[in-house]
Amino acid sequence: MKHLADDDLVLYYYAEGGSLPEARAHLEACGVCRERLADLESALSAVLSSAVPERGESYGREVWARVRPQLGRRAGVGRVFGRLAAGWLTPPRLAFAGGVAMLVVAAFAAGRYWPAGTGSPGSGAGAVARDAAARDADSNDMLLASVGGHLERSAMVLAEVVNRPDGRAADVSAEQMRAGDLVATNRLIRQSAVRQGEGGLASVLEDLERVLVEITNAPSPMPAADLDRIRQRIRDRGLLFKVRVMETQLRERQRDAAAAMPAVLGKKS
Amino acid sequence: MDGTDPALVARAQAGDHDAFGLLVERHSRAVFRVAYRLTGHEQDAEDVVQETFLRAFRQIGTFESRSNVATWLYRIAFNCAHDALRRRPLAARHDSIDAATAEGLQREIQDHAPGRDPHRRLESSEISRRVRDGLGELTELERAAFVLRHFEGQSIADIGQALGLQTSATKHSIFRAVQKMRRAVEPLMGTQA
Repeated sequence: MKHLADDDLVLYYYAEGGSLPEARAHLEACGVCRERLADLESALSAVLSSAVPERGESYGREVWARVRPQLGRRAGVGRVFGRLAAGWLTPPRLAFAGGVAMLVVAAFAAGRYWPAGTGSPGSGAGAVARDAAARDADSNDMLLASVGGHLERSAMVLAEVVNRPDGRAADVSAEQMRAGDLVATNRLIRQSAVRQGEGGLASVLEDLERVLVEITNAPSPMPAADLDRIRQRIRDRGLLFKVRVMETQLRERQRDAAAAMPAVLGKKS
Repeated sequence: MDGTDPALVARAQAGDHDAFGLLVERHSRAVFRVAYRLTGHEQDAEDVVQETFLRAFRQIGTFESRSNVATWLYRIAFNCAHDALRRRPLAARHDSIDAATAEGLQREIQDHAPGRDPHRRLESSEISRRVRDGLGELTELERAAFVLRHFEGQSIADIGQALGLQTSATKHSIFRAVQKMRRAVEPLMGTQA
């Protein structure tokens, strides 16, 4: 009699797979497999009994209470991002290392970060303008954080792929999934860069997008040849370095903007 | 009013925040359990829960009505947990396992009812510790697939959808995870009455 494989027992335990009736019939007739199944059940039941911190019935409401106030801010990011994508921003004037211009950062460095005329000190118009400046700064800061996060996540995926050993197939399915999630955001930023005539930035983002798509669509586990080719492309184009430079520049801008904001508002009051 | 997940998603997509709130209330506990199993750390799990719903809100427009809301949320939670673990320095990851162990032990001590068998309590703590260590030994995908199948009762098909894996790859992740988890708890099997 041919016994059930370990994997068959696992599928039987979870009531999965297409051969449950056959497995059941075998188990009825085979004491050895019944004993193996009992061992498996015993181990997995023990695993199931392990503790997770309790969360009461009201937990969902507590989470919603924490999340809700932030939804408007996230929506604000979406609005700013939409304006960015629609070409709302003025032409950027900053260039990054290696001739890479960062569209998003440039918009803030181009003098649009705070309104030039805000009315006389203490006037109602001045107060309104200061409020508007604060709101803009908040939205812009979130925009920077959002794009910075995208670049950070992209760099992580690239680094994971680059650091795999040469000449070996690898299970990079987690990276593939994340790369797939990053493609749409990358496209949005790239299209905006193209509209703004930022060829250098658009070119880096185009390279990044191509690699992300290639990672996403490769077989899983990724064969050694595919992995080597993608890795070579990342290295040849200096892609990981460029993405990290862009991200660093963006973070620095964000810090500078955060530091400058109170001073600017103070001068206007 | 229709309070099913698809109906709430449709209302949320139309801008109804309260509908999104009902989804948050309904799925928070499950997302927390998964986040805790994936990160091994209570505070990280809380952060993952919050970030999961913020990302879900941002991406609600892309949600396809034929999909399962829980599956979609698990996918986002998996990505958030991945980001949380990557942000945490390696040393801190080890610390968090220790911290999680300490948390578990402390809970066991606090939670025990008077008269509860001390031997059972100790055994339960030891199982929790071994399970946590065992989960720490799994790859990210194995851990996610195992957590969703074993603790949350998701089908292999749904897990594949959540993790972006083919069915065969999902099965193999679960098979490998089961083998490793058995090895983690088997030394205790003889001690169980």
